[in-house]
Amino acid sequence: MIEHNKDLEVFQADVSTWLKENNPKNPGFILPETFMEVGTDQQFEFLRDWQRKVYDAGYLGMAWPTEYGGGGMPQIYQDIVNAEMAKQRVPFVPNTIGLNWAGPLILNMGREEDKQRYIKGILNADDIWCQGFSEPEHGSDLGNAQCRAVKNGDDYVVNGSKIWTSLGSYAKYMILLARTSTDGDNKYAGLSFFLSPMQVDGIEPQPIKKLTGEYGFCQTHFIDAHIPADCMIGAEGEGWQVAMKTLMFERGATGGQAGGLSMMDINMGDVLELAKRARRNGKPALEDPLIRDELVQLLIEERSNRLMNARAKIPALNSERPNAISMSGKLRGSELKRKFTQFAVSLQGANGARYVSAAAVDGGRWQRSYFNSFSATIGGGTSQIQKNILGERVLGLPKS
Amino acid sequence: MNSLIEFSEEQSMLLDTAMDFCNSRSPLDKVRTLISTEKGFEVEEWNAMVELGWLGITIPEQNGGLGLSMSNVVPIVESMGRQLMSSPFLATTLASHALIHGGTQAQQNEWLPKIATGTVASLALQEEEGDWDLSNLTVVGSSNNDSIVLTGKKTFVLDAAVAELLIVSVSLQGEPALVCVPIDAIPSEQIQRETVIDETRRCYEVNLDGVSVPKSAVMANACFDAIQHASLLLLSAEMAGGLASTLNTIVEYLNTRKQFDRLIGSYQALKHPAADILLGLESVRSHVYHAATIFDSDDKPAIDTALHMAKASASEQFAFAGDRAVQFHGGFGFTYDCNAQLFLRRALWSQYQFGDEKYHRQALAPLLLD
Repeated sequence: MIEHNKDLEVFQADVSTWLKENNPKNPGFILPETFMEVGTDQQFEFLRDWQRKVYDAGYLGMAWPTEYGGGGMPQIYQDIVNAEMAKQRVPFVPNTIGLNWAGPLILNMGREEDKQRYIKGILNADDIWCQGFSEPEHGSDLGNAQCRAVKNGDDYVVNGSKIWTSLGSYAKYMILLARTSTDGDNKYAGLSFFLSPMQVDGIEPQPIKKLTGEYGFCQTHFIDAHIPADCMIGAEGEGWQVAMKTLMFERGATGGQAGGLSMMDINMGDVLELAKRARRNGKPALEDPLIRDELVQLLIEERSNRLMNARAKIPALNSERPNAISMSGKLRGSELKRKFTQFAVSLQGANGARYVSAAAVDGGRWQRSYFNSFSATIGGGTSQIQKNILGERVLGLPKS
Repeated sequence: MNSLIEFSEEQSMLLDTAMDFCNSRSPLDKVRTLISTEKGFEVEEWNAMVELGWLGITIPEQNGGLGLSMSNVVPIVESMGRQLMSSPFLATTLASHALIHGGTQAQQNEWLPKIATGTVASLALQEEEGDWDLSNLTVVGSSNNDSIVLTGKKTFVLDAAVAELLIVSVSLQGEPALVCVPIDAIPSEQIQRETVIDETRRCYEVNLDGVSVPKSAVMANACFDAIQHASLLLLSAEMAGGLASTLNTIVEYLNTRKQFDRLIGSYQALKHPAADILLGLESVRSHVYHAATIFDSDDKPAIDTALHMAKASASEQFAFAGDRAVQFHGGFGFTYDCNAQLFLRRALWSQYQFGDEKYHRQALAPLLLD
């Protein structure tokens, strides 16, 4: 990232121009905020077209190998594209599970035929991927997965169900964590990992209606579904290790992701901008002294989070509890977003009570954002679980 | 600029040295012993600080100091805060900062070398009304031939009983000014100890009625901004230290005290606020070291923002932690013997010096919103 040369500057200028010219116009309907909120065919088609356009222009999977459809370029080029996309706030690319999790995993440990078969479809959005980790009864406790896969000739027969499978009804493939053995004391040892096809008899994604009123997630039922045995990745019983590796890709810790944005950015700058134009009690919201103080508090909190990330890089200033900042990142970020979207609704006077519709402020995106913000304060371990983790693993308090 | 934190090798060494120094020389039982003494600190410890060169860190080399940035003082006061270590260090460092930024050449030459070798000095800024606007003054200086005669009272003057120099803010012909007042110029009965909430501190009311100083005592400029900046930086750093120890005190009790056959730290009603206090600490320390990093830059709005944020978050978080520390110690927390009260008292004293969180948020509003 520190590298600066003429080629990169020219490249950045080209990307910037291309994005300006190709950034799709307002589609006339409200776009989802993340791949987890794609609720209508109209939204899905729009975003899939956008991903194709980006890929065809050579701006996706730039650092992935050319023999599978990637660009074969140094990662810095994709980094420049990603930064430019964030800056220009273009739509996100919807095949997030494929681009950020399944793709890196397959490139990292898949067989040659897996790479040939899956990678290009991930990049050009022909093949949408979903994820089958969480289960209805077990929330974030992945090690406890109960969905069963039993070997039967050249197949595994799968029974059980997975929940929060985003894009489940559009997906061609699922990264699936299933239990292939119930023997032994170690619950983790009985898990295996599959690149499972979705268009199979007995696999039924059932859309879940969220509190926003939108669809986007599915509960996926497996009823005697036969999936080919050779779609397993890693050996039988190694599913936990493969899943952990995949989650490393999710956290962006190991790199290797195809690039592109995976969500619509909403930040405190947008809230401030809204406060300037939204009217509350007959006046711009920004003139209300209580509103001003709340804005200041949120801006302090936002700055705190950024400064903590800066301080985390200095070991001498983190010697007492080296993990405190990194382990609280999800809690801090998701709670701040919940608070500022909730606050943004309160800037709108009586119109705060509207919902997604033409008459609502900004089409109702703030109300919807507030509701959707719970996906991050609940998903991946609720904020309350995060506080237990901080208390126990960082402060050394006894288990609850 | 907004998210920049740098920490030099020098600061890192100072942090290590200061932590060791304060740990060994200011255990809490000693802090308690010093509460009942008049001075509130030990001359031996003060001399050791002077020996280490700490009083001269920001004093220019030609005046006998090291000529380093105020950011190097931050790890020291943070460490002092952790151990509730009391001494005239804070008062003297702030007074020397005022001299460096507002004193005449003659004043600097006279006082800075003395301060670097252990002379105590202090600021006399606050007045009876408790206004945090330092330019809102009722103490007046009137010219009388070559002298200036003062009238009015200053409050919360730190360590006045051991100081040799007070830097006093006065209204001079309607304009705010700073005046160097040698302590000898003030009759001793006009310096009265105040009862303040933090018993480790020594604050005095100084009645300036009739005190006369030569006109040459008026400082070159009324550097209220510089004083305010340094005060906010060092006070917030000291609070970050106090907050860290408050958290440790809470965690230790939660890990040892049993109720209903369980360690109380296993109850989420206590565990979750403890996690909140941890996040408060991480946040305050980050604001403090960011403010320290940009302290010497010439970007005034950035510095103002950083310092207001540091003091606002330190005030809020330290007061919350102190409050919870008392509560979480249960019946013991209600006693004087429990150390929680020491931290709560320190938190409240600090919260109300140089502006509490509401004051600083109000100051931030135009900087951030308009």
